[in-house]
Amino acid sequence: MIKNLIVILMASVLVNNYVLSKFLGVCPFLGVSKKVGQATGMGIAVIFVMLVATAATWPIYTYLLSPKYEYMQTIVFILVIAALVQFVEIVLKKYIPSLHKSLGIYLPLITTNCAVLGVTLNNITDGYGFIEAMVSSLGAGLGFLLAMVLFAGVRGKMEAADIPKAFKGIPITLIAASIVSMSFYGFAGVIENMFA
Amino acid sequence: MTEILIPAALVGVIGLIAAAVLTLSARFMGIKANEKEKDILDTLPGANCGACGYPGCEAYAKALAGGETDATSLCVPGAEAAARRIAEIMGTEFEGVTKKTAFIRCRGDCTHNKEKAFYNGISSCAAAVGYFGGKGACTQGCIGFGDCAAVCPEDAICIEKGIAHVDPRKCIGCGLCVKTCPNRIISLVTGEEKVYVTCSNTEKGAVTRKKCDVGCIGCMKCQRVCPTEAIKVENNLSQIDYDKCIACGKCAEVCPVQCISAK
Repeated sequence: MIKNLIVILMASVLVNNYVLSKFLGVCPFLGVSKKVGQATGMGIAVIFVMLVATAATWPIYTYLLSPKYEYMQTIVFILVIAALVQFVEIVLKKYIPSLHKSLGIYLPLITTNCAVLGVTLNNITDGYGFIEAMVSSLGAGLGFLLAMVLFAGVRGKMEAADIPKAFKGIPITLIAASIVSMSFYGFAGVIENMFA
Repeated sequence: MTEILIPAALVGVIGLIAAAVLTLSARFMGIKANEKEKDILDTLPGANCGACGYPGCEAYAKALAGGETDATSLCVPGAEAAARRIAEIMGTEFEGVTKKTAFIRCRGDCTHNKEKAFYNGISSCAAAVGYFGGKGACTQGCIGFGDCAAVCPEDAICIEKGIAHVDPRKCIGCGLCVKTCPNRIISLVTGEEKVYVTCSNTEKGAVTRKKCDVGCIGCMKCQRVCPTEAIKVENNLSQIDYDKCIACGKCAEVCPVQCISAK
């Protein structure tokens, strides 16, 4: 059981990294990765939202939608996640203002983030149980955080580099993202051999 | 029919529940947006000049509404009208505002400041300063490429004879030029002071003299003549303490290089 969970966690952090392997959540990945501090804040907010979203959508799918209305999952999940993030924001603002201050500006950005929706949908597709789904979401969030922080570092280095005019700005950022993404393919064989 | 109705109802019900939860939570747990803050922000001119000492109009409004400060008259561009309105919103007495204008502490124009080199680089004070301090012999005065004029939102600064001049009628006292000047020779004055030192050079008298006719040579005459000991010569540069100054104008009379000007 534990072994299985570790495999799921590692797989979603490294192998199936949502940003770098599945290309979900690329918008915040490019938008908020200019500074390491911001990238970390965004990453932590994403982990939080992914966990909460999975905790809410998994029961809804299992007890309400399946087996008859599975095709409704996308629209229902979008609805639930959007409402949930708003709710979390209100609660944080009221009871934990300090946390709201550090996560607050990122929360609305994540409301309709495809990575969050992707995680919840993938958990269903992969047929995970509740605990497995939560672990997988945690892994996805950690993977997102890892990708953000790594890429913020890369972008920090690029600030100082002498980049040809034609590549300045978004083009070089996308090229750098593709190289970082390729490097993550190095993890592809890790999971199979982890407990071998 | 039920094949459509049930899913539609399902989504509708989930949506309704979500809406209800959000509305209720906003009602019971929501924090009311501070109305004072919003009112103040609407009152402020939105120039985000930073003259109040806060990073922008929003920060100043927040500081006022949050009780961080009770100074209602910090907004320079908004001047009296804004200060009155803010005092009204805050429910405090209107304190009165002092209009500030930028003042350039240098009068070494091309007829006074000698040229030491021919500068052919980028037409910007910041660039020229990095290149042996510009073309003028004095490297602590006005460079004259008008970085201050470029940032001035009111076009109140012009460059004449190679140095900047402020039109006090146009100046709103936002202080952007103060921050821009690479030699930091611009300061904000209230206009109530009667005498000003119009030099920023801290070199020794003889050195200054060789470079510029109207530079402060630190001769101490002003310090000696001042009846209230408001003037001190520090770092070879005359400095006036306006708390003590009685605006008698004696210093301006005795200054051999006329670098103290009386208004």
